[in-house]
Amino acid sequence: MASEPLLSLESVSQVFTSRRGEIPAVRDVSLDLAAGTVLCLVGESGSGKTTTARIAAGLNRPTGGTVRFAGRDVWGGDRTAFREFRRSVQYVHQDPYASLNPIRTVFATLAGPMRRHRLVANRDEAWQKASELLERVDLTPPENFLTKYPHQLSGGQRQRVAVARALTLGPKLIIADESTSMLDVSIRISLLAMLSRLSTDLGVAFLFITHDLALAKYFGRDGDIAVMYLGRVVEYGPTREVIGTPRHPYTRALLAAIPEPDPELNARKRSAGSLLRSMDTPSLLRLPTGCTFHPRCPSWVEGECDVSVPRLEALDADARHEVACPPVLRQEADAAVPALSEQDGTG
Amino acid sequence: MTATVGTSTLESPTVVRKPVRPSRNVVRALTRSRSGTIGFVLVGLIVLVSLLGPLFTPDTLPTDTSSVYLPPSASHWLGTDSSGRDVLIQVINGGRTVIVVGFAAAILSTLIAIVFGSLAAYLGGVVDSVVTAATDIVLTVPQIALLAVLSSLYHLDNSLLLASLIGILSWPTLLRAVRAQVLSLREREYVEAAQLLDLGTARILSVEILPNMASFIVMNFMIGMTNAIYALVGLYFLGLAPLAGHNWGIMLNEAWTRGAIFDSDSVFYILSPVIAISLLQLGLVLMTRSLEELLNPRLRQD
Repeated sequence: MASEPLLSLESVSQVFTSRRGEIPAVRDVSLDLAAGTVLCLVGESGSGKTTTARIAAGLNRPTGGTVRFAGRDVWGGDRTAFREFRRSVQYVHQDPYASLNPIRTVFATLAGPMRRHRLVANRDEAWQKASELLERVDLTPPENFLTKYPHQLSGGQRQRVAVARALTLGPKLIIADESTSMLDVSIRISLLAMLSRLSTDLGVAFLFITHDLALAKYFGRDGDIAVMYLGRVVEYGPTREVIGTPRHPYTRALLAAIPEPDPELNARKRSAGSLLRSMDTPSLLRLPTGCTFHPRCPSWVEGECDVSVPRLEALDADARHEVACPPVLRQEADAAVPALSEQDGTG
Repeated sequence: MTATVGTSTLESPTVVRKPVRPSRNVVRALTRSRSGTIGFVLVGLIVLVSLLGPLFTPDTLPTDTSSVYLPPSASHWLGTDSSGRDVLIQVINGGRTVIVVGFAAAILSTLIAIVFGSLAAYLGGVVDSVVTAATDIVLTVPQIALLAVLSSLYHLDNSLLLASLIGILSWPTLLRAVRAQVLSLREREYVEAAQLLDLGTARILSVEILPNMASFIVMNFMIGMTNAIYALVGLYFLGLAPLAGHNWGIMLNEAWTRGAIFDSDSVFYILSPVIAISLLQLGLVLMTRSLEELLNPRLRQD
């Protein structure tokens, strides 16, 4: 994990201007993604996860901060660096019905990029390569699919074609934006398994965007997870730790929202103190002061949380688990080294 | 990427099936819609007669003052005109200019509209502003008035010159439509995917976006052609283009200016260019239905 990050977002922000004012969709987000690893981005709708994904893909130019790919600033004006970045990072959209060109066959969709970038010499070679790609995404036998148009395929098959298209240029990073949310559950699992296999077989890194913590837990079990709320990352760390011992009140609330098959377990989770004070997500146009989560937070501290903006800080020096919640951080520090906390006071 | 999936070795003599080019289905798609088939037959016949007919008919018709305004008869199927010339031969000879000019003008205006409309919409910014401004300016120019002025300055006897003039004046409406379509299509996710695959502007426009509006373009091309034909016939009818040779516009002009409309025996003479123009226009409009079947893969499917 000590290798240089493949992609790093350095305090990127994205402010959209609308007629009703400025919308800070993403604020001060820093993420690192090493080659071949998985980073899950979770949060409810409006949390800025898709905007972050689009920034990571180079589809949006952030209004603040730096995007580095293999150490190079992709918006720094270096055209070759940007093209390299563009080809190495691919995106799998949410809606498999909109992401494939309806008038192009699967073969045309896959062969186009390969021929454009001279990865294949002729039609036969393109046919061969496209077949291999389809086998990789479990569309077998490929001959049955290459001549098909998107409307002749099912949603799951289309999504597999979209993944195959993303693989045409041999990418280093694939950004999957809710790529499985529109599929049936059974198909979703097999698609996730296929994506996991790509990650291990081809060494492709994944930025996996989802609102479903259970999916993140499954897909990103060996990677990292970043929990977003209203444009900020509130908790960031290895998936096992974040899901296993969530620290931020928002992450806890998200986890508590996952329904359990056992009603008793459900009830116990509810009573664990993670009930929100309010069910409404504030508007991005009128964000609460201080910590944007404080109007909903079950354990907020008046005079602190509604005043100062919390920063992501590591739970302790050698952990990669970071939380943006001073009260929680204090608690952790108290629990770990009771003697030190007296000297520190309440900073 | 070297670690390819090994299943291909299981069935070593794999028959690599090439994609079937859709040419076999073209005829089937074209004949699926009955009105479309009628349109094709109509346009085909008119084009055939207009292009081949002049080979079998005399170039210049003798004037015969003793047989002016004759009603239809065995020797003159559609009667004669003010100079005693056979109307049927004029109808046959008169189609070529109309069709050629209409086609050329429509090609020109469609090309201008597609190229600049799609670039303006896709690139946006300054390109869009300039193109939109130019479109608005050309849109406000009164076509017939400008052509009237031009005809007094230049001798508009060249078909291609006429076609260029009509074409250059008639692209703005289609350009606006193309621009609007591309504005919507460029937001599609498959266009975004193409951008991520670095396919390049020219390729994205020509391969991903424009083919999706093929039926729209073809339909507008047909409408453009009918409009160009009306414009051309109008020019001749108003006498803004030199009345040399034969065509349906000149026939109408002569019938009008030389008083044929006051002669009840000349009904067929007056109606024949009108009907010829109408049939051609009808055929063009009906043809679009079949072309739509052809260009939409969802409809082309077996």
